[in-house]
Formats: sequence, C-alpha cells, structure tokens
Amino acid sequence: MQFESFADFIDMGGYGFYVWLAFAFTLIVYVGLMVMSLRRQKQLQKEVTTMLDREQRIKQAKQAGASDLL
Amino acid sequence: MWKWLHPFAKSERCYQLCHQLAPWFGLLGLVLIVIGTIWGMAYAPMDYQQGNSFRIIYIHVPAAMLSMGIYLSMAIAAFVAMVWQIKLSETYIIAVAPVGIAFTMVALFTGAVWGKPMWGAWWVWDARLTSELILLFLYIGILSLYNAFEDSAAAGKATCILTLVGSVNLPIIHYSVEWWNTLHQGATLTKGAITMDMGIPLVINIFGFGFFVAYVSCIRMANEIVEREKHRPWVRDMFSHTTPSINQTKGA
Repeated sequence: MQFESFADFIDMGGYGFYVWLAFAFTLIVYVGLMVMSLRRQKQLQKEVTTMLDREQRIKQAKQAGASDLL
Repeated sequence: MWKWLHPFAKSERCYQLCHQLAPWFGLLGLVLIVIGTIWGMAYAPMDYQQGNSFRIIYIHVPAAMLSMGIYLSMAIAAFVAMVWQIKLSETYIIAVAPVGIAFTMVALFTGAVWGKPMWGAWWVWDARLTSELILLFLYIGILSLYNAFEDSAAAGKATCILTLVGSVNLPIIHYSVEWWNTLHQGATLTKGAITMDMGIPLVINIFGFGFFVAYVSCIRMANEIVEREKHRPWVRDMFSHTTPSINQTKGA
C-alpha cells in the first residue's frame, strides 16, 4: 500500500481533484455506453415480440372472420 | 483452410456467437479491471517526477490504445466488406463506432485532466492530441455518413470507403510522438520505460478494458443484427419461443 490512510489515498498527493475527475468521467462514459447497449437489447426484444403478437392477432381475426362466413 | 470461418459470416451464426461470448467477455473484463485498477491506484509506486498524478495512466493509456484498436478493427471490417462483399462487416462498423467514440472521448478527457497539472494547460495543439481529436471526428463522421443515406447499400459502401481512407490517421497518431517534437510524452510500455510494479497493473487494465470493449461490441453487434433482420424467419423463431402466444392464453 502506497498510502498511509484513506484520506491520504483520496488526496493523491495533492492531485486528488485531477485523478478522481478523470476516473469519474471514465466511469460515467463506460457505464453509460453499457447501459445504452443493454437497454437497446431489451427494447428490440420487446419490439419483435409485439410485432409477432400483432401478426398472430391479425391472423386469428382473419380465421375467425373466415369461419363466420362459412 | 479458412473455410471454417465462412459460417460466421451468416448473421444467425454470428448472432449466436455474440450471445454466447458476451457474458464471458464481460466477466473477464470486470475482474481484470478491478484487479488492475486497485493495484495501480493503491499499490503501484509513485512516479518520481509526476507524483500520484501519473495514476491517470491506468485509464488513459488503455482508452487511447483501444480507441485506435477499435478503429483498426473497423478498417479491417471495411476492407473485408469491400473485397468479399460481406454485409455483416458493414453491420460491425456501425455497431462498434459508438464504442470507439466513447473510448476516444475518455482518452481525450483523461489526457486533458492529466495535462492540466503536468503541463499547465488542459489542451495544446500538439500532434498527438490533434490527431486523436481527428480520430474522434472520424468516428462521428462515419456514423453520420451512414445515417445520411436512404439506401443501405450505398450507405455501406460510402462508410467503408471513409473508414479505409481514415485509417491513414492511425500511424500518424502512433508515430506522432516520434515524428514531431510533442509536449505529449513518448511511448511508455513498448519502449520498456516503466518498471514492472507500475507496468503489470497497466497491462492488466489494458486487457481488462479490451474485454470490456469485446463485451459491449458483442451486445451491440447482436442488437444491430436483430434490428436489420427482424423480419427474417430465424429471428422470428427465436423470439416466438419467448412470448406466450395468443393461442395458449386464450385457447386453453
């Protein structure tokens, strides 16, 4: 361990502001990228399933209509 | 000899591969980043000149290397797309360009924050910084060019050409610190100008962030494939198993 205490670690020998600013920015950007990609994945899943559901409903409605005619 | 690679150019096989690999890449990346960062931040010795400010290296160097690595992979994909007419390569370029933007932004920002205490300026128009900024503009340009076309075939072709032409920037970034008298310091790792106890955590972080890139790229690639092929039978089959169909809910 290079630091005496936790406060010492946060201070980074006087460079604390710069070091932690760099880390905070990096964390926000990378986590943001990951969250955006995972959200899009969920959203696409929903899009495709609603599309399939809709098609199924249309098909069923058509079949019901056809059987009424008979 | 390379025939075994051919099935992977099919979108269905590629989707499955991305899906299977993503969690492993993510896990490996997370473990390596945690180890490398804690080691680098708390246990690596202080730099004799830069004090503790040098610890920004543990995120700055991986981000900068990967920002170029991602571009290189896109340039290779562009070449493959143009020579062998593989559509999936174009999909890859569009899927990972945002990852490149994120890494280039982090490299530039952490560099600025490191530059302020060391050089006394957030930004200087030095060859290394300027060429890295051009890389950011290239990524943004590639995405905007692709989205500017109505026709996806034309968009793909134009994007590939821009990506290939832009790759001349890569050697410029890499050698900028040697060709010009830059304020930016020279290479640390490849020139062996770093001691082992500082260098090992850096190497761990480079691999860690590399796996993170692979993880995010797999997810984005899978997304992009589904988006483009959602009307094709294999995507429909895949998702129709996960939905309770109307037949089951109503007919029972």
